[in-house]
Formats: sequence, C-alpha cells, structure tokens
Amino acid sequence: MLIADVQGIVARCNDAAEALLPAATPGTPLADVVPDWLRDAHVGLNSSGARDAPEAGRAAAGDIDGRYFEAHPTVRDDGSVAWWLVDDTDHRLVREALRMERELSAFLAKASSVLLSSLNLERCMDVTAQMATESLADAALVIAPARGHRLPVVTCLRGGTPETATVTVNPDAVPGLGEALRGFPPVPSRWMDPGGAPAWMKPEGMGPIGSIVITPLPGHGVPAGALVLLRRAEAAAFSEEEEVFARLFAARAGAGMSAARLYAEQSSISELLMRELLPPALHQISGVDFAGGYRPSADHERIGGDFYDVHPATVEGDASLVLLGDVCGKGLEAAVLTGRIRNTLHALLPFADDHQRMLNLLNTSMLSSHHTRFATMVLASAVRRGSAVDLKLTSGGHPRPLIVRADGTVEEADTQGALIGVIPAIASTTITTSLAPGESCVLYTDGITEAKGGPMGGDLFGEERLKRALSGCAGMPAEGIVEHVQMLASQWLGDGSHDDMAVVVISAPRTHHLSAVNGHTRGRYTA
Amino acid sequence: MSTGTTHRLSDAEPAERSAELLWNAVSAGDECAAADLLLRLLDEGADPESVLLDVIARVQGRVGEEWAANRMSVAQEHAATAINERAVAALSTHPAARTATTRGRITVACVDGEWHGLPARLLAEVLKLRGWRVDHLGSQVPTPHLIGHLHRTRADAVALSSSIPTRLPTAHAAITACQAIGVPVLVGGAAFGPEGRYAKPLGADAWAPDARAAADLLAREPLPRPEPDHQQLDDLPHLADQEYTLVSRSSAFLVREVFTALEDAFPAMRAYDDVQRERTAEDLAHIVDHLATALYLDDDELFTRFIAWTARILVARGVPASSLPPALELLARELKDFSRAVRILGAGTRALVTDRTTAARITA
Repeated sequence: MLIADVQGIVARCNDAAEALLPAATPGTPLADVVPDWLRDAHVGLNSSGARDAPEAGRAAAGDIDGRYFEAHPTVRDDGSVAWWLVDDTDHRLVREALRMERELSAFLAKASSVLLSSLNLERCMDVTAQMATESLADAALVIAPARGHRLPVVTCLRGGTPETATVTVNPDAVPGLGEALRGFPPVPSRWMDPGGAPAWMKPEGMGPIGSIVITPLPGHGVPAGALVLLRRAEAAAFSEEEEVFARLFAARAGAGMSAARLYAEQSSISELLMRELLPPALHQISGVDFAGGYRPSADHERIGGDFYDVHPATVEGDASLVLLGDVCGKGLEAAVLTGRIRNTLHALLPFADDHQRMLNLLNTSMLSSHHTRFATMVLASAVRRGSAVDLKLTSGGHPRPLIVRADGTVEEADTQGALIGVIPAIASTTITTSLAPGESCVLYTDGITEAKGGPMGGDLFGEERLKRALSGCAGMPAEGIVEHVQMLASQWLGDGSHDDMAVVVISAPRTHHLSAVNGHTRGRYTA
Repeated sequence: MSTGTTHRLSDAEPAERSAELLWNAVSAGDECAAADLLLRLLDEGADPESVLLDVIARVQGRVGEEWAANRMSVAQEHAATAINERAVAALSTHPAARTATTRGRITVACVDGEWHGLPARLLAEVLKLRGWRVDHLGSQVPTPHLIGHLHRTRADAVALSSSIPTRLPTAHAAITACQAIGVPVLVGGAAFGPEGRYAKPLGADAWAPDARAAADLLAREPLPRPEPDHQQLDDLPHLADQEYTLVSRSSAFLVREVFTALEDAFPAMRAYDDVQRERTAEDLAHIVDHLATALYLDDDELFTRFIAWTARILVARGVPASSLPPALELLARELKDFSRAVRILGAGTRALVTDRTTAARITA
C-alpha cells in the first residue's frame, strides 16, 4: 500500500510496498519511483474531477520489477490516494495458459470439422498442409503413402496456397520418412538435420531452414502418410509442447485422410460395378434416331429396376433391337437383376428378329434362376427403309408403346403378352408398323404414368395425359421428346416420391436436310 | 486455331446475321442445317466462344421470348432446345474448339428440378475453351450426386445454374452442401434475380450475369475456400417463423381450396374442360410455389415480378388475367395467420393494379 497526495508526492508506504519499490520513501515524487502506468493512473484520478474510485474491474495494472500488479485506488478525505497493489502474476499466467489452451482446442476442433467434411483425399491433404502452416510451422509438406516410388506431395508455405506434386524417390532414403509412411510400428516424431534434407523437401521461397520434424499420420489400419513441418532458421525450434500438439493435429489429419482414402477405394469399386448397370447413352444408328432417359426412384442412386438397351444390327441393313423393361422392385437389388437380364438378352441377339422366341428364352432363364422377381418388357426392332423406319414391337406384360404420327395423332401399339419370369410358357403378339419422317415411337415404363402428384396432389399422371403431351411432339427430335416427357413427369411429381422412370424414343429423322450431309455431322449415316 | 486473320464474330452485325440464320434452322426443326451453319462459321475462322454466346445463346433467348409470346409451344421449345444442344455438341468436336487444359477443374451443374440445361452447357463449353478441365453433370442434378462427384474429384469450384426462381430453396441446399465440403460455388441464371440479388442471401461465393462474365471471374483469381462452421439459418433468419415450411408443405391443399372457392366466385369456370381446369390448377400451383419462394427469401419483389409476368403470359394466350386478383385474395384468406405471406400477397395484388394501369396507359 502506498499513499500519494494531490501533488503526486509519496506520503506513506507500508513495508510490502517498500520492499517492492525501495525508492518510494515519503517525500519523493511519485513519478520518480513508480512505473509510468501507475503514475498515469494517479494523474488521471486527480484530473478526472470526479474524485470517486473507479468502478470495480477498471483498476490500473502493469508490470513492476518483472511481476504483474493491479493497483486499486482509495481516495481519502484530504484528496490523497491510497494505492493498494495486488500481485496478479500467477492469476495472469493461468489465464494466459487457458487462452492458449482454448486456441489450441479451437484449432483442433476446426481441423476436425474441416477434415471430416471432405472425403476427397487431395482436398484433405491440402487442408492438412494449409492448417499446419497456420499455427505449427512456416511451411508444411503432406506426403501420401507411395504408389511404387512415386510420392504424392502437397507443399504449403504460410499464407500461401497448397501445391500438389509427385516426387519419384525412395522414401527410405530420407531418414525417418520410410518408417513414418509405413504407419506401423508406431514411431515418434523425428527431427531431421535441415542440411540433410533432399531438395524436394525444401519449398521454394522458404529461405534457410532452421528445423524440420517428420510426424507420421496415423490411419485406421492403413498408413495415411506423413506430415513434415519446417521452420525458418530465424524462428524458434519446436518445443516439447508443440511437438505434442503436432501429434494431436496429425492424429486428426490421419483419420481424415484414411477415411478419404477408404471412400475413394469404395467409390471406385462401386463406380466400376455400376458402369455395367448404367443405362447407355443413345444416338443415331443406321439412319434411325434413338434417345433414352432414366431417373431412378431414389435420387441418391443412379441405377434401379428399369433398364433399356439398343443393340445395333450386326449386318448393315438388318434391324437394330431396342429393349426397355422394368424389373419388379427397385433399388440396387433390382438393378443387379436388370444387369442379368440385359446380359441374357445380349446373348440372345442372334434371335433378335424373333421377339417371341427371345422372350420365351428369357422367361425360361429367369424361371430357373434363384431370383423370385419378375419383369415386364417391350422389344422393338427398327430399321431404316428409304426415308421411313420399319418397326416391329412386342410387349411382355409392359405398357404399350405409343406412336406419335406426323399430324399429332397418338396411337397405341396393339401388342400384348404375359409377364416374364412367372409362368413356364408365355405368349405375346407382335405388331409391325412404319414411321414416316418426323414420326416417333415412345417406349416407357409405368413409373411415368404412375407418377403421383399434380397441382392438386394425389392424382396419377396417367396414360391420357401422356398421350395429350405427346400429341404436341410430332416432328420433334427424339431427345426433345425424351426430355419433354421426363420434365412433365417430374413436374407432375413435384417433391413427391416415385418409382423408377425410363423413356426411350425411336424416331425416323426428318429428311429435308439430306442435301446438307457434309461428313462433319452424324448426318452421313442417313445417306 | 487459325492464324491472326481470324474473323472474330464479335462485331455485332455478322453475329446477328448468323443468329438469324440459326433461328431459321432451329425454328424449322432443321437440325442438320443448324449444325452445318455453326460448323461453317468455325471453318471460316469464327471465334468458337463467340459462336456459342453470340449466336447460340442469342437464339435460345429468342426461343424463350417466342414461348412467352405464345408463338411457340412448350414442346416446340423443347424441340428447338434439343437442336441447339446437338449443335453445341457438334461444335465441341470441331478442331477450332479443341483446347489444351491449362487451368484447374470446374464442375458445372444445374440445380435439381432445373430443366433448362443449355445455359450450363454453354458455360461448360466456354470454360473448356478457356482451358479449364470441366465436369458437366447436366441438368436436373440431385444434390447427393453433386456432392458425391465433388468427393471423388477435386474441383476448384462448382458453377451452379438455375433459371426457375422456385428452385432457389433447392439451390440453397446445394450451395451450402458444396461449401460444407470445402468447395466454393459460383451461381448464375435468371433464378438469382436482377443483378443476382438472391445469390448473396443464399450464401453463394460469387455470381455472374452470363457465361462470359463467369469465365472472366473464374480466370481472375481462385474463389476463396468457404469458411467452415457456417450456419445456414444465419443467412435467412426469417425462416424461423416456419411460414415457408408450412406453405410449401401444404401447397396441394392450398391449390384445392382456392380452386374450389374460385369456382364459386367465377361460375364460368364450371364450364371449363378438363385441360382448362388443369391449366388453372397449374397456374395456382405456380402462384403458391412462388409465394413459398418469396417467403424463403423474404422478398416481395420475387412474387410481384412473377405475378406481373404471369398476367402478361395469360394475356398473350388470350386468357383474361382478371382471375388473378381474386385468386391472390382467396389465398391470403387461407393464409390469414401468416403475416409475411399476407404481406407478399398484398404486394402481388398491388403490382397487378399498377401493371394494368401502366398497360392501359400504353395502349391508350
């Protein structure tokens, strides 16, 4: 405790204050014996006019002789002020430690949320490198496990953008890197002599390197890679706490990267398997236009129980075979069965001109398989004859194809037959017809007509509405019709749930442009 | 690419003439003539980007205008678009349009439920010409597909296109999902309003008025990586009142109620045939959808613009727009407890009055 009068002269000083400020003997000016912050507080208190003690929490504070003090004033009747000095050093240290701790955990939480949100390995590597430079190092390298001797490396300087490169190098040639990349047995972070670091480890523009530490990224059963932290020569080397912290960060980065790696492996497998099940892209074949569109029942899937294929004739001048069908059920299981059916039909292509035989053989094969599902299907053979397209259509328990004539009339193809895969012998009727230029035949699955919704809700899209829509589609290109039908059905649905929906359109191209064939366009096939 | 004497299609006159020729081919449904015209332009050394944007995009714009003026049916619009799409495809295989990849990777997609795929297609082609590696996912992309794709590839940015305002809530979901996995989103298309005013409230990282501006913007500097821990609700705090949720969820019910009430108010409606009744119901459904979207963005103008536009479309089709004000009034009565909805519907009614007096003044 120390008392100073209005003129700023020390009046009294107790033992503790004397021990702290030995020069503060009574009679000396306050300015000569106390630090500036306390002098200013005293002057401020005197000049403020309102000679009241400042509110709590607004006490002056500052360093005295290496320790940190708060000074609480009490104004006495004669105008002098008693300054109560409270040593706050430890409290402050604790608060500082708490703040650091909070920053660290905020950093780790951010690292977790950023790394968890992406399942892309490259992006995870970028984020790891960038975050490491934010609070751990001046530069960071993230190295993924090698493919052969090729190491994918992401380098990032503080404040810079991550750069990806591939380095061809034997990881065991760099001390500590081989072990870190193997992931097992667990190895501690390892210091490296900056002089011994290979050139690819030194980021361009980094300047002289002071310290390098290699930390393994622990994966879940798989090696996730290694994190290399670099500091400039003038920066402090890594402290023990910082190394612990780097390991905590590495654990999160490793978890994120190994999850991304697993996802990439899984998705490339399912991509590969699904490729065979995806509906093919259709185009013009031998002067006949084909277009198809497909929307699976679940938006997160890309395949389902509807399918279509167009098989070009093996001999030019023969008919191409179009098939469109619907396996009972939806989702992946149905999709797997569509794959089998499509394969079976592919094998049956030599009989393509005999629809009944094809359907019968398929029926037999489905009855003998362990699947209990059945299917409906429509087969169409289409061949260009002059400017027209000759069609042969056979339905196996499937909604009848619709034919859009040039004048906008919509005809139902009068073909019918039994479901496939239910009874041992099936019968069906085949019809033949011809499409004049600009006319189209529309094959669709019941997902379209059974789409439930509409402006009032709860109504089926229905065959009538489909026919009405198609009557406006005379002369349209095949893709245009497919898109039009798909759009109407999906607008009808709104956000409602639905079955798989497939449409295939076979069109006789409009002919008035045959003169324009020039070899650039697919038009040359129409000659 | 050809030599320095490249005849650029940028001076307005030839581009306009080519657009006129393309329009003739497209409106006649002549696909080959359309493709030949464009390929000839490229053979003669026209700038492919200019062919895409000053010829094809212009013709596509005209398709929309012709539809609005009832000189083209929806089916014809689809036919024209299909021809334009094929023309773009033919163009992209021309040697002049082949460019080496010199930049990063961009994913181009339309919002789920968006059927106008051509603007996104044109952007994809322009970005390819500018040296980007482009993944074009097409129209009608469910958000889970988009996100799956972004996990599998490392796109520098997503370019998201939407032309229908009622897809904006879905666009918002897609934008936040992309950003949540660390990919910035550039948006474009008529849905985002005049000067792209809805891009910001929906949290998009950037907006561009057209394909050229989008390509320039992406070339200037990389879009910043989105900040993690973004809370969607912070963008649109008014959603807390649930009006959007309740209106959009009960839209079929609202349409039914207003339809029945309209029949009482307009006995003439009883004589409508099935198709006319369905058209009326569809118009009502559009009104409710736009109301819901206006609630989502808390923007009266989104609704008033739509109502004024609908009135003009109806007039172009010879349907009296006089049923619009009572429909809005009936809707407001159904939603009387929803203060924002009532406010927006009121603004719609006022817009109709102003629109009609302006129209009357012009015709007078």
